[in-house]
Amino acid sequence: MPFTNKPQVFNASINTVSFGGQGCSVTLGGANVYPLYTFDAAIANMPKIGVEVSDLGCDASIPGLSEFYRGAATVAEQAARAAAMEGADFVCLKLDSADPNGKNSSVEDCVATAKAVCDAVTGAGKPLAVMGCKNIEKDTELFVKISEALQGKNVLLISAREENYKTVGASAILAYGQKVSAESSVDINLAKQLNVLISQLGIQAGNTVMNLGSAAAGYGFEYVASTMDRVKSAALTQNDAMLQMPVVTPVGSDAWSVKEALLDEADMPEWGSREERGIQMEIVTAAACLASGSDAVILRHPESVKTISELISALK
Amino acid sequence: MALKGLDIFKLSPKTNCKDCGSPTCMAFCMKVAQGAISIDKCPHMSPEAIAKLSEQTAPPMKTIKVGDFTLGGETVLYRHEKTFVSRCLYSAYVCDGMSDADARIARVGAVDYERIGERMYVELLYVDHCAEQPGDKYLELVGKAKASGRALILGVKDAGLAARALELVKGTPVILNGANESNYEAMNRLASEDIVLGVSAASIEALYETVEKLEALGNKNLILDVGAASIKDAFANAVKIRRAALKNEDRVFGYPSIVNTAALAPGDSHMQAALASLFTARYGSVIVMDEMDYAKALPLYGLRQNLFTDPQKPMKVTPGVYPLNGADENAVCATTVDFALTYFVVSGEIERSGVPVNLLISDAGGYSVLTAWAAGKLSASSIAKFIDENAIESKIKSRTLLIPGKVAVLKGELEAKLPGWKIVVAPNEAVQLVRFLKEFAG
Repeated sequence: MPFTNKPQVFNASINTVSFGGQGCSVTLGGANVYPLYTFDAAIANMPKIGVEVSDLGCDASIPGLSEFYRGAATVAEQAARAAAMEGADFVCLKLDSADPNGKNSSVEDCVATAKAVCDAVTGAGKPLAVMGCKNIEKDTELFVKISEALQGKNVLLISAREENYKTVGASAILAYGQKVSAESSVDINLAKQLNVLISQLGIQAGNTVMNLGSAAAGYGFEYVASTMDRVKSAALTQNDAMLQMPVVTPVGSDAWSVKEALLDEADMPEWGSREERGIQMEIVTAAACLASGSDAVILRHPESVKTISELISALK
Repeated sequence: MALKGLDIFKLSPKTNCKDCGSPTCMAFCMKVAQGAISIDKCPHMSPEAIAKLSEQTAPPMKTIKVGDFTLGGETVLYRHEKTFVSRCLYSAYVCDGMSDADARIARVGAVDYERIGERMYVELLYVDHCAEQPGDKYLELVGKAKASGRALILGVKDAGLAARALELVKGTPVILNGANESNYEAMNRLASEDIVLGVSAASIEALYETVEKLEALGNKNLILDVGAASIKDAFANAVKIRRAALKNEDRVFGYPSIVNTAALAPGDSHMQAALASLFTARYGSVIVMDEMDYAKALPLYGLRQNLFTDPQKPMKVTPGVYPLNGADENAVCATTVDFALTYFVVSGEIERSGVPVNLLISDAGGYSVLTAWAAGKLSASSIAKFIDENAIESKIKSRTLLIPGKVAVLKGELEAKLPGWKIVVAPNEAVQLVRFLKEFAG
């Protein structure tokens, strides 16, 4: 008896969400098959790659990164450089400087940075995402002001959480037409609950994506993988509208903050180059995220961006 | 599995003789249907019935042994459905056309370390034969590869050469990855119970037919090569094979798979790592890469350890004293639970702070801090007992103990149980530790 492949094509599909202005937008989601299963049915929007740019400047202790951004003095210049990176689909500005436990930059300064970066990135033909500093109160204020300042630019704000989704959702999406990522801890029920709450604000699907939480490979990644597997399964097999948002996973910040990517070569000579360890941690984590269903990953290093973009092209 | 207890019951003797150990034939058949007991435990079942039932109650994916390693035997497509049972294995790659093959073989053992009780190293070595190279050169390479002490994968399609290579490596666990549509009969004659036969073909349909033919020849000790035509094809094949076996119960494809990233992305170490990650998550059983170095190993083995843990059993670290940042007997003590994720997050943040700390990990059942506390696995008594049993007071001079902020409630009781100790409540979240420790250390 010959082999009969039974493709799994579903009547349900992942929402499509576009961000970025005219001529420079990117579309996430839309698939009606399991992640990367292009052999079951064509996937119109293959996963996308965002390049993370911190407003504190790039990590100068990583030679490849400082070389890539050499001569780009301002954050806006670095963002323009990132936009031109081989394999980059969008730029993600991370407002690290806003952290009240760190530099504690004022909201006004951050808004100014965001505006300059938005101009630079749009000028380079790429859409922009803006990530906060992980301090809920500060982020809420930042997102409101940035939404206002960048009205009409259709940026993606990462992320609204249970504590601030009302303010962020209402101002960013309803008042200023931006897109928002809803972030929950690594758990399918928490993710769904937050999506339900956001939809109750009167926000239509197509305006939000999800950040289901993330972890570097080896650091509890099984929870990330299983949560994404379950979310995609519920979205496709059960047509669960509250889990059909595309998934955006910030991989870079996790990958570059584990011991494997931080310890100096002097401390661990047999481990070899620190930069190479960081790149491989970023690549391995990102590829595993794509396998489980990330519709976009956000990375830092040009080499990881290039490799993951080649992987995505090869699977298309 | 499709067969129900009642279906089996129809074929049973229905005598309730109890020879199988079950009170009735019905009870026995129910257990067989659940896979709790094997059908041949009934001494009165007719041979025809056994033949029919053992086929149908057999697991959907065979378990293949390569030496001490176990491949396959999976029952689910996603780990959250139950658990994965056989972790994938990683292999290094050499071929007889390489000028640096000897050096590569010498480096096979370069990565070797332990992480949460598991030894991390390259389990296998793939020895490939390029058609244009003379056979003797290949045999020489196989001889050297054998000395590496690794289980070997012999990539050779010429049955004559394969026979000579197998002769050389007698006693070493071997996968002979060389059968295809045209040579499977000759290759099958070389395979035996100790030698797993790798099967490849130009298309997945041809692969399926070849496996059927090999099974007809009585060989069920196989591993399926997903091919190297393209990354897209290899991924599609890996998924289709596993899905056919587990979801569609097509046992012809109920075998583990082998993926050669060295052939899919020649010379591209970063792409090979990306592919190794992809296939670790999706259905590669043996994953071949040019070489394994620490930069690749640290994330890959970590990923594999994560994905192949049983979701019902939390990963635990061994209880004990973990001196961080070069902590000596004068460094302060801190304590948390033995749940691996907690340990990694907490120890990572402590390392980031640069402050020397003796981290005391007591047995808390592998639960997170709050769960362990609620379950009574983390208490003032359990911490005091740990300090007493491990003779901490004689090993460490510091009498300061940091406890997780989430169990601040334990402070009073701990002070009562540990006279002379200063109990300090640390922050609730690990991310706040860096700042806290820096300020604490002054």
